[in-house]
Amino acid sequence: MWERIYRMLVKEFIQVLRDSRMKALIFVMPVIQLIMFGYAVTTDVDHIRTALCDLDKSPQSMALIERFTGSGYFSLVESTDRPGRLGELLDRSQATLAIQINPGFADDLRAGRQAVIQTIVDGTDSNTGTVAMDYSLRITQAFSREVGAPVALAGLAQPGLAPIDLRTRAWFNPDLKSRYFNVPGVIAVILLLTSLLLTSMAVVREREIGTMEQLMVTPILPLELILGKTLPFALICLADVLAVTAVGVLWFHIPIYGSLWLLLAGAILYLMSTIGVGLFISTISHTQQQALMSSFFFYLPAVLLSGFMFPISNMPRAAQWLTYLNPLRYFLVIIRGIFLKGSGLEALWPQFAALAILGIALLSISSTRFQKRMA
Amino acid sequence: MSVPTTSPLPPSAGIIETEGLGRAFGELWAVRGLTLNVRRGEVFGLVGPDGAGKSTIIRMLTGILPPTEGAATVAGFPIEGGEEQLKTRISYMSQRFGLYADLTVEENLSFYGDLYEVPRRERGPLEERLLGFSNLTPFRKRLASNLSGGMKQKLGLACALIHKPEILFLDEPTNGVDPASRRDFWRILYAMLKEGVTVFVSTAYLDEAERCSRVGLMHGGRMIQCDTPQRLKQGIPGRLVELEAGQPRAALEILSGRFDSGHVSLFGGKLHLYADSEEEVAQALAALGEAGIEVLGAKSIPPTLEDVFIQQVTHTPQEAVS
Repeated sequence: MWERIYRMLVKEFIQVLRDSRMKALIFVMPVIQLIMFGYAVTTDVDHIRTALCDLDKSPQSMALIERFTGSGYFSLVESTDRPGRLGELLDRSQATLAIQINPGFADDLRAGRQAVIQTIVDGTDSNTGTVAMDYSLRITQAFSREVGAPVALAGLAQPGLAPIDLRTRAWFNPDLKSRYFNVPGVIAVILLLTSLLLTSMAVVREREIGTMEQLMVTPILPLELILGKTLPFALICLADVLAVTAVGVLWFHIPIYGSLWLLLAGAILYLMSTIGVGLFISTISHTQQQALMSSFFFYLPAVLLSGFMFPISNMPRAAQWLTYLNPLRYFLVIIRGIFLKGSGLEALWPQFAALAILGIALLSISSTRFQKRMA
Repeated sequence: MSVPTTSPLPPSAGIIETEGLGRAFGELWAVRGLTLNVRRGEVFGLVGPDGAGKSTIIRMLTGILPPTEGAATVAGFPIEGGEEQLKTRISYMSQRFGLYADLTVEENLSFYGDLYEVPRRERGPLEERLLGFSNLTPFRKRLASNLSGGMKQKLGLACALIHKPEILFLDEPTNGVDPASRRDFWRILYAMLKEGVTVFVSTAYLDEAERCSRVGLMHGGRMIQCDTPQRLKQGIPGRLVELEAGQPRAALEILSGRFDSGHVSLFGGKLHLYADSEEEVAQALAALGEAGIEVLGAKSIPPTLEDVFIQQVTHTPQEAVS
């Protein structure tokens, strides 16, 4: 039995490695994707385009502006004397934040009255808007603490000089770099796509070129056939895990605090599920085109309903239930936990157990459908 | 219509036996009521046009398509329940040869050898012999995708023979293959026969059917005749006349109007007239004379399988094939 599986494996590897385009797709594309995503998929907000209208033109107002531009979060795109111009810039999306300082700002500060500045934020992108607002608030608070006079952002509930000094500290990712969070996620997503497509296409391709019919008349056991058509891709995907992890760690300097072995063990369980889905798709597809379409039909919801980008806790109840069937959901917790928190099995066992159950279930369903029979 | 049971060969237990075998796809019966007995060492030919049910029969007999009704044993194993055992005894070459285009000649051959678990030490000489047989030895390192149609088909045959099967099933093996390769192919098949292999081959070429020891004529899912080519040809009543006419197409039209369909056909510029009696031949010649078509020659000829097939198909009552 193992001899035949081994021969299937060798055949599959020869086919993959002989095809230079296939080789590139399997080993180079994931790395390129990770590099692309590593840079592009970031929710960090900096260099907020800021328009300024300083009508006070006092040393104090300039000092406050200096705080904004010096923070690194804001870049000044235009400074104007015409308040109406701020609205134009926001309308044309040339600025995300507009700051207006009215005459009398310095006088108010000197007199110890509450000085007010106006900030307007473009809320189209709610995430960036909120973050810009938050940064502005912090800067003005720090400024007022220093000058010893209250400065308020017009229109915002203002704690002023807060009686409680709240100091938060972020664990595991002290700089709150979104890349730390995203790169492990991208690894999981790349793995999903690669394993899904390789498995579903490989089986259907044999059906298309007629070799599947030929295989069916050989005495090969259905289990041997299934293992022969899935193990090679599981191994290729594990190699991808190592390659992509190496890029994440060496190129993006993502810390990996946990055990690499545990990560590989998690990846194996995860691949059981994704390959199970790929195999299932191959049993319902007659052409490679159908297999490709079906794979994407699974892939997109799987990514969206996984917590990869959107937190599961924010989803409607029904969608949350659906995520329990999504292998990516569990693997994201595992890979992020191992990378950033150094979590061990004692913390991650529920995810491991869920993946194992899901993987065994999916593989069994697909295997029973995968028959050595036609029609 | 019943299948003739007479046979020139001594009756013995068949290596393929079917009883009322049938397969439906949805409402449509692809094959129905197939009762057949193929003896060891025969070349059995399944002849019929596309869609007659030939591939369906072969797929059922090779254990990859479960029948809807009836039963069959192949090499002593029932096709339902014994399909995995029978697979070790048989070989099947599908219409598309089932080769891996991105593997070399040698790799294809040894992959199939591995699947059938042919011991490695027996493998070497066997591979050499099969490659030699099929004139593929100089191309052993070549990718299957770079072989010509005829070479691909011979490689397919070599792959099918690597485990020394008892029965070789071939589904239209020479479809789209040049005549020289076809001859090569049959040379290999005859060599296999000498070693006691039974060959079950489907073909749409009637000249190939002539090479078979027995032929089953398939039409619309039914086997309408089954005998040796010789007996099939002797079996048709009346006489066959070959006419050489000045304007064969015009002559065909005139005669078609006078005779039932299937009685007149055009064979490469010559007309074949299938007549019940000498009188009918005379009438036909007279009709052509009236129309001013010059008849250059008319002679009785022995029928070919093609004549038999056309005659049989047109004479099979409709209810038998529906």
